[in-house]
Amino acid sequence: MLFARAVVVVITFLSPGAHAASPEPPPGAASCSGCHPASAAIATPVPPLRGRDSAEIVTAMQEFRSGQRPATVMGRIAKGFSDDETKAIAAWLATQRD
Amino acid sequence: MIGWRIGRREFLKTAASGASAAVLPLSALGQATGGRVVVIGGGFAGATCARELKRRDSRLAVTLVEANANFIACPFSNGVIAGLREMQDQQFGYDRLAQDGVTLLLVAATAVDPPSHTVTLANGATLQYDRLVLAPGIDINWDALPGYGEAAAERMPHAWRAGAQTVLLRRQLEAMADGGLVVISAPANPFRCPPGPYERASLIAYYLKTKKPKSKLIILDSKDAFSKQRLFQNAWAALYPELIEWVPLSSGGKVTSVDPAAMTLTTDFATHKADVATIVPPQKAARIAGLAGVADRSGWCPIDPVSFASTLQPDIHVIGDAAIAGAMPKSAFAANAQAKACAAAVATVLAGGTPVAPKLINTCYSLVAPDYGISIAGVYHPVNGQLVDVEGAGGISPLDAPASMRAEEANIANGWFRTITAEVFG
Repeated sequence: MLFARAVVVVITFLSPGAHAASPEPPPGAASCSGCHPASAAIATPVPPLRGRDSAEIVTAMQEFRSGQRPATVMGRIAKGFSDDETKAIAAWLATQRD
Repeated sequence: MIGWRIGRREFLKTAASGASAAVLPLSALGQATGGRVVVIGGGFAGATCARELKRRDSRLAVTLVEANANFIACPFSNGVIAGLREMQDQQFGYDRLAQDGVTLLLVAATAVDPPSHTVTLANGATLQYDRLVLAPGIDINWDALPGYGEAAAERMPHAWRAGAQTVLLRRQLEAMADGGLVVISAPANPFRCPPGPYERASLIAYYLKTKKPKSKLIILDSKDAFSKQRLFQNAWAALYPELIEWVPLSSGGKVTSVDPAAMTLTTDFATHKADVATIVPPQKAARIAGLAGVADRSGWCPIDPVSFASTLQPDIHVIGDAAIAGAMPKSAFAANAQAKACAAAVATVLAGGTPVAPKLINTCYSLVAPDYGISIAGVYHPVNGQLVDVEGAGGISPLDAPASMRAEEANIANGWFRTITAEVFG
């Protein structure tokens, strides 16, 4: 019993870290998954973003904003985010895993 | 980080109580000490929010109250009406929410008492909450259009809450003889799915053109302008010339009464006799919002744009179509985006923090034909207590886009439906 108690106390101390959700998504980031699928298993022409290299996402957003990269809707959406906001969103997306 | 803070505080509180540290922390973990959140409404807003709350902080006790065992999605239901999809493609269950640890109560909520933080259910049970999220969607405002009530809707379907009404309208179109007249009545703003009446007109026109080409369609509108208007009108001129007629408010388009027995719709200038009529009726936040005291005289629910907290009642948040969300339209995408922002705010507040101002996106696709999609998008942020458009962002698909882009957007629209329903229910 003493041993069990010790384990429980240790778990209690450690568990808050395990319970903490993934880092808070920065402003705007939570909206992306309305169109971008969580995995490639979903049949859509829109690419998954979770776990993607953040620099790649930042570059794509900059090119969508400038019109350099052809787009349907992303050109219109990218214009709503500053470089700093885009970087924060990209960094968060890069940390996301299934 | 929030989880750590709470966890540590809970542990210290429990340890300080003098009880056995071996027992209480375990029961505290089991009973989810992060706070009690009740979500009413299992649509795109409510189901997203319930799930996201558990993802943000697994110790939150999250209960979803929903009257129906299955959800029937409105987006793409115009495709069912036009015979392009089946009802089963619109239906989703709540099993995955339960697997994520959301407590499901498939029963209607009948009352909310804000002072005591209590929700009463149709089975007589009561629920206590620390925070309540209302995502009840819309009700038809049956008092707003003379002649139009629940019995009339059996002759002139609204089909604006997808389900039996959707099937009814489809059957009526299928039964109509070639050469018939379809009349759509479109309401004044605000209402669920601003481009919806015009997508419905488009897809019914597609059905008529392919199956009953001598038929016509008239839209009687209580407005002089509508969402994606130029895109729709250009597409109608290209795809359905002479088939669709749009009568705006200023040309006498506002329907002032209907007679379901005679199948007539009356405006200030004329009476139209329809073979099939669909009435997109005036709407308001669903009944429970009024009972909770969070709807104002407009029938909709004013909110703080950072946390989606009601400005009328404490500790109640309102998301989705029922909310007054400023520049954001009443769409499934907006409801989903708001729900995630609201969940983050509620989790933060219950952990003793202060919510940060969100930034929100909306994207709405409409199909004008199976291979012809158009879109509108917006980016929003809170300014002076309102959700407003971020300047320079958003807008509609280009007016001069080639057919290949219309086909691409139709393809993306279909992908969007699969993606969002997988996120919310899958």
